[in-house]
Amino acid sequence: MSKLKAIYISKPFKHYLNSPLVIAATIVLFIIAAGAIFAPLIAPQNPYDISSLMLRDSLRPPVWHEGGNLPFLLGTDMQGRDVFSTILYGSRTSLFVGISVVIIAGGFGAFIGLLAGYYGGLLDTIIMRLGDTVFSFSQTLIAMLLLGVFRQSSVLLVIAAICISGWVQYARTIRGQVLSVKEEEYILSSRAIGCNDLRIIIKHVLPNSISPLLVIAAVHFGMAIMLEATLSFLGVGVPVTQPSLGMMISQGRDFLYAGNWWLVIFPGGVLMAIVFSLNLIADWLRDEFDPRIKNLQNS
Amino acid sequence: MKTYIARRMLQGLIVLFIVSFIAFFIFQYLGDPVLTLAGRYATVEQREEVRSLLNLDQPFYIQYFSFISNAVRGNFGMSYVSRVPVARLIIERLPASIELAVAAELFAVVVGISLGIFVAAKPSSLTSKFFMTGSLIGVSLPTFMVGILLILLFSITINILPPTGRGNLVNLFGRWRSGFFTLDGLKHLIMPALTLGMFQMALLFRITRGAMLEVLGADFIRTARAKGLSSRIVLYKHALRNALIPVITMIGLQFGQLIGFAIVTESIFQWPGAGSLLLTSMYESDFPVLAAYIIMVAAIIVFLNVLVDISYALLNPKIRYK
Repeated sequence: MSKLKAIYISKPFKHYLNSPLVIAATIVLFIIAAGAIFAPLIAPQNPYDISSLMLRDSLRPPVWHEGGNLPFLLGTDMQGRDVFSTILYGSRTSLFVGISVVIIAGGFGAFIGLLAGYYGGLLDTIIMRLGDTVFSFSQTLIAMLLLGVFRQSSVLLVIAAICISGWVQYARTIRGQVLSVKEEEYILSSRAIGCNDLRIIIKHVLPNSISPLLVIAAVHFGMAIMLEATLSFLGVGVPVTQPSLGMMISQGRDFLYAGNWWLVIFPGGVLMAIVFSLNLIADWLRDEFDPRIKNLQNS
Repeated sequence: MKTYIARRMLQGLIVLFIVSFIAFFIFQYLGDPVLTLAGRYATVEQREEVRSLLNLDQPFYIQYFSFISNAVRGNFGMSYVSRVPVARLIIERLPASIELAVAAELFAVVVGISLGIFVAAKPSSLTSKFFMTGSLIGVSLPTFMVGILLILLFSITINILPPTGRGNLVNLFGRWRSGFFTLDGLKHLIMPALTLGMFQMALLFRITRGAMLEVLGADFIRTARAKGLSSRIVLYKHALRNALIPVITMIGLQFGQLIGFAIVTESIFQWPGAGSLLLTSMYESDFPVLAAYIIMVAAIIVFLNVLVDISYALLNPKIRYK
């Protein structure tokens, strides 16, 4: 109970209540996440069960347009797939890829960065140079070339391709933190009373260096989702049998000239809503937890 | 400073070495070059002939060495699909890509930096807040969505800009087919350039703003103000100069990002550049083209990085005098 109260009266929480945009972003994310999780219960149709598709329902506009009818709330595509249902299932893929990438790349990056910062030496040099290289080649390019060369598509491969370059940012950030934390006196004192490296790292260094990763994770979450959509849009991402917002947009693009805008605008809108909300929250986190920026704004 | 630059160059070479190894692997071992080049109905002797022509019967390091010595001379073999030298295929596509990149970068740099200065100078004005939120939307928009929305708006709804291709081109120096000098060419360029530049612009805007805010809080700015300099001079001569260092670094470092997004942009607008060549090669498993593209991109990026490091050292006295 007292913990709850501590959160309630904490400064970040008060600031949170005063930022309507960030609150709105959280709500939007919650709605989309709930829609994705409960997709099989909410969706009027399972868009990837071919037997449930009716060709006579193909290319129906959204309900509020002439020719549109329920249950196809947001219209249907060429094969009579309900756009609303496909978006629900597609956001599942997006969120799954995003969460997996953040956990895998974040965990690995934090681990490597912690070691590099604490022990320094050759490991540190290699990791930093590798980081420079990955950064200058950009995650988009690396993932695209990797998947393009191997020409096999599965969700796991997409996650792997994004993670291969994604861990670098975490490693660099935590390394920088560790470098300053390990000079603190309490680290010296723990060593003096005989703590071993493992204990020092887990008990003292890690908790004091991890908070900036929160911002990175929020930005990276959005970026991974955007990257998955881009890869699927280009046809090197998730397989055709997998619902994906990027692929919906790619397929809908061919129907734009025929006036079937709903095939692109709705999935695109949901994609943008997810990424924009994540970026808003990341921005807020940065303002709240990065003291450097805070001082800037006060001055 | 010399050792600093030498070290950076050495690192660049190491990167190039690793990338060339990857490219070699793709070139030599993915797909079946013998079957592709000799044809399905070739006899065993013909296949052997192709095999020795490609050095596939040689040990690994000799294959790698001949691949590299050929690559240095611009020889990347034949495309599996069009049976034309890969180098020619890529060189034909380069002008389109370079013009698109130049236009996009110009848009991103000019608009991004100007907005960044404006917002840093007036952080609390309503317009600044509007731009800040706008830039957040800018970095949240996937490149392909920007392109599609532009096409939907300017080509389909009000039909004033052409959605695909490069339009009328002019031949420069006999080789370079340029779209910069005809009205039609420029019209075709607008939407792809905006699409490619949008993310970059939003990013540069946010970086310029951050750097400016940081510099504007520094003591020497207060001194400059205190000695009575006009706010214009303080802003442009003192603050901007110092704030531009991270911005310029960022422009150089973000070039890889630009190349990646160019692939997407070229695919949306059917822009006949190197990026769309790469995509078709991916779909058709045309590995020599992929290998050549990867080496080319790596060379460009490594070169730019060394350039950025050198200019960074020149601009930053802390490194210059080390």
